[in-house]
Amino acid sequence: MDLLNINNLRIEFPSRHGTVIAVDDVTLTVQPGEVLGVVGESGAGKSTIGNAVIGLLEPPGKMTGGHVLLKQQGIDTLGPEAKRKIRGRRIGMIFQDPLTSLDPLQTIEQQLVETIDLHLKLGERKSRERAVDLLRQVGIPDPENRIKNYPHQFSGGMRQRVVIALALCAEPEVIIADEPTTALDVSIQAQILELMRRLCKDKKVGMLIITHDMGVIAEITDRVAVMYRGKLVEEGTTAKILGNPDHPYTQSLISAVPRPDIRLKRFPMVNYIEAEGERKKLLDLSTHWLGRSRDYAALDGPLLSLKNIVMTFVTKPAILKHNRVTFNAVDDVSFDINEGEVFGLVGESGSGKSTVARMICSLYRPAAGEINYIGTDLTKIRSETERDFFRRQMQMIFQDPFSSLNSRMRVMDIIAEPIRFHKLASSNREVEQIVTDLLDHVGLGAQAAVRFPHEFSGGQRQRISIARALATRPRFLICDEPTSALDVSIQAQILNLLKDLQEELGLTMLFISHDLPVIRQMCDRVGVMKTGKLVEVSATEDLFENPQAAYTRELLDLMPRLDTLSHEGLEVEQR
Amino acid sequence: MEQSLERTRLQRIFGSDIWYSFTHNPTAIFSAIVTVGMILAAIFAPWIAPHDPFDLATISIMDGNLPPAWSAGGDMNFLLGTDDQGRGILSTILYGARISLLVGFSSVIFSMVVGITLGLVSGYVGGRTDALIMRIADIQLSFPAILIALLVDGVARGLIPSEMHSEISIYVLIFAIGISGWVQYARTVRGSTLVEKNKEYVQAARVIGIRPFTILRRHILPNVMGPVMVIATIHLAIAIITEATLSFLGVGVPPTTPSLGTLIRIGNEYLFSGDWWITIFPGITLVVLVLAVNLLGDWMRDALNPKLR
Repeated sequence: MDLLNINNLRIEFPSRHGTVIAVDDVTLTVQPGEVLGVVGESGAGKSTIGNAVIGLLEPPGKMTGGHVLLKQQGIDTLGPEAKRKIRGRRIGMIFQDPLTSLDPLQTIEQQLVETIDLHLKLGERKSRERAVDLLRQVGIPDPENRIKNYPHQFSGGMRQRVVIALALCAEPEVIIADEPTTALDVSIQAQILELMRRLCKDKKVGMLIITHDMGVIAEITDRVAVMYRGKLVEEGTTAKILGNPDHPYTQSLISAVPRPDIRLKRFPMVNYIEAEGERKKLLDLSTHWLGRSRDYAALDGPLLSLKNIVMTFVTKPAILKHNRVTFNAVDDVSFDINEGEVFGLVGESGSGKSTVARMICSLYRPAAGEINYIGTDLTKIRSETERDFFRRQMQMIFQDPFSSLNSRMRVMDIIAEPIRFHKLASSNREVEQIVTDLLDHVGLGAQAAVRFPHEFSGGQRQRISIARALATRPRFLICDEPTSALDVSIQAQILNLLKDLQEELGLTMLFISHDLPVIRQMCDRVGVMKTGKLVEVSATEDLFENPQAAYTRELLDLMPRLDTLSHEGLEVEQR
Repeated sequence: MEQSLERTRLQRIFGSDIWYSFTHNPTAIFSAIVTVGMILAAIFAPWIAPHDPFDLATISIMDGNLPPAWSAGGDMNFLLGTDDQGRGILSTILYGARISLLVGFSSVIFSMVVGITLGLVSGYVGGRTDALIMRIADIQLSFPAILIALLVDGVARGLIPSEMHSEISIYVLIFAIGISGWVQYARTVRGSTLVEKNKEYVQAARVIGIRPFTILRRHILPNVMGPVMVIATIHLAIAIITEATLSFLGVGVPPTTPSLGTLIRIGNEYLFSGDWWITIFPGITLVVLVLAVNLLGDWMRDALNPKLR
């Protein structure tokens, strides 16, 4: 017997711009002990399905068709009170952010015991025993004492374990997990997924796991449903969908996933979602403004050389120096970047990699050390006008495409600002011509110039960011997690674009990412950072094939295994 | 698609969510009509008002204390009656609203300029500058605004020779009310600036090399103006009330150029002798004006704050 049936589900969001069909005729089933993955990119409607099953659709969204059956009993037609009784008791939930899914003012014990007693009516003593037992099952050490702690006393991964315990406490038949590991570092993600899978199998619980991450799908699911713009495009066993997908969207999605084991020339077939990423008109760089003054004199040494740089943040300010508490975000880091190469910096959150980038482009002043750019120590420059000479040659692309563009300025003015500031064009007419050419060159088209940033998607905004960075004709480009806020197929497009630009313009790049497979696609050499220190610098292939530092090996081991993914259409770069 | 890209400014306004929220909120429409109506009436007072209350040639003490036209002894020439000097109440209200609105708007603009500037500097520069500006703001906040205005007004009167009082008293009033209200703007703008300056578009501008002054003016200022406009609308109502209060207390504008507050004070002396109209009509005008502006401010706050929707 099927545990959970979702039949012909249709969900609409009426708005004043017309009705949006978020979920269109979706049918899914979950068996006891089975993990069903729902995968898709943002806006595909996957989270809406989860919310509809537990009866927590956000208004104005409403179900306008179909049924949700739990053990053949319809639950979508029940009243609010009956639905509330099912939530938690028969259907458990795990949300993305473990920080906000626990009440910060109550101890874990209060939250667990209350929920168990409410649903199972065991009485307080029995409920507490069960709570301790659950915490032990989800792998919390010393549960008898830890249960008395508040949520903030647990780390992110431990907190997500508590959330899982909370979801399991009333012995639900189905668990809905919405992006359960997205907020966690990779090292913790692997453990949590393993735990969820084991509990599911042991207790014969059906699980619906909603994610955008093919790594999560590969690791935990038995079957996969692929969503595209509210529709279910393909469903099948995990091995089948990942290894031999039928639908062109699934094929394009899988081909866009960066692989840790191979380096691609380019990502193929990534124009399914946003076709306008195509660069229709390319500039002739031998004559165009953008290609001018590229013939720099050959260098003897590296383009950029960091020597023992240190960045200190004050965590507890005080008037007297010896009373201050400080923390070294970057501690004694040295590396060189040669002209024309792409240098990667990789590390987990808080490892100091972004701080290094911000020191190079003088957003932060290092506490000690030298930053030598073609023989000039940037930390010694005092005058702003002198610094402008180097600023023009060094530009940065930021992580969040939604905050990196001023929403009150037109795209034309955003991209023209650096050209005007550095006086790189003689007339206003020329500035406008350059901006339109740049927009064409990054694949947006000239008509984008008159629009405002909010009219664009995340990927398109990132193209605007790239155009702005190119507008000073830089020699050195810093990319700080340029794709981590983007969907996987958009990420593939942006990575393709960055690769093309780097080759065409002979740019030197510092590429920062937490994502090792992305690093492998982009970089020639890689530095690995851990808590402010550089633990290893190697050529990319050596790093992946033969890591030196123990921490690098650890990071590589934790990468999701994607070797089951289809290799169809991929063009591997031979070295 | 091609045509819709180059939308004019007007099309963008009428297509915006703000405009939609406005046209679907009867309270907002009503209060906007009342506010705009009163502002227009005040601006065009010399053409609308049946009499010029400041032209000594046309007013006559013989018409003093006439009741409204519809009650016994009323005169059709003076629809809402007259005051002790024979000035028509309707005309004086129209001219009085002019003074009230002038002082209200000017002092709000004064507060905004001071508050936004200090808020931007405080938030962006940080450190000791920030601490200094915000401590001054804290100290000022511990006094009631009306007390600050009274104090400034009193000091100014002491410093300025008495023969110039009537000419410049309105500027003193604007300065006094303006200086008592900058703190709110400074605090709000400082808070938004702290958020905005860490956003990546500001960092991108710094990477380009744009100087702090230009960053503040071109990038941060337009992005912190939303909440400022809400405060400004609500502050306009408060400024009008403060002006009326000061005038009622006799330290505002001189009686020769009466504002709504002055009128209420003049009428107050006659209230117990039964001449109610001198104080009630300016009073009602003041209440309606302030209420309309306040409702407009409330709507704007809700419309601009997505969390309240």
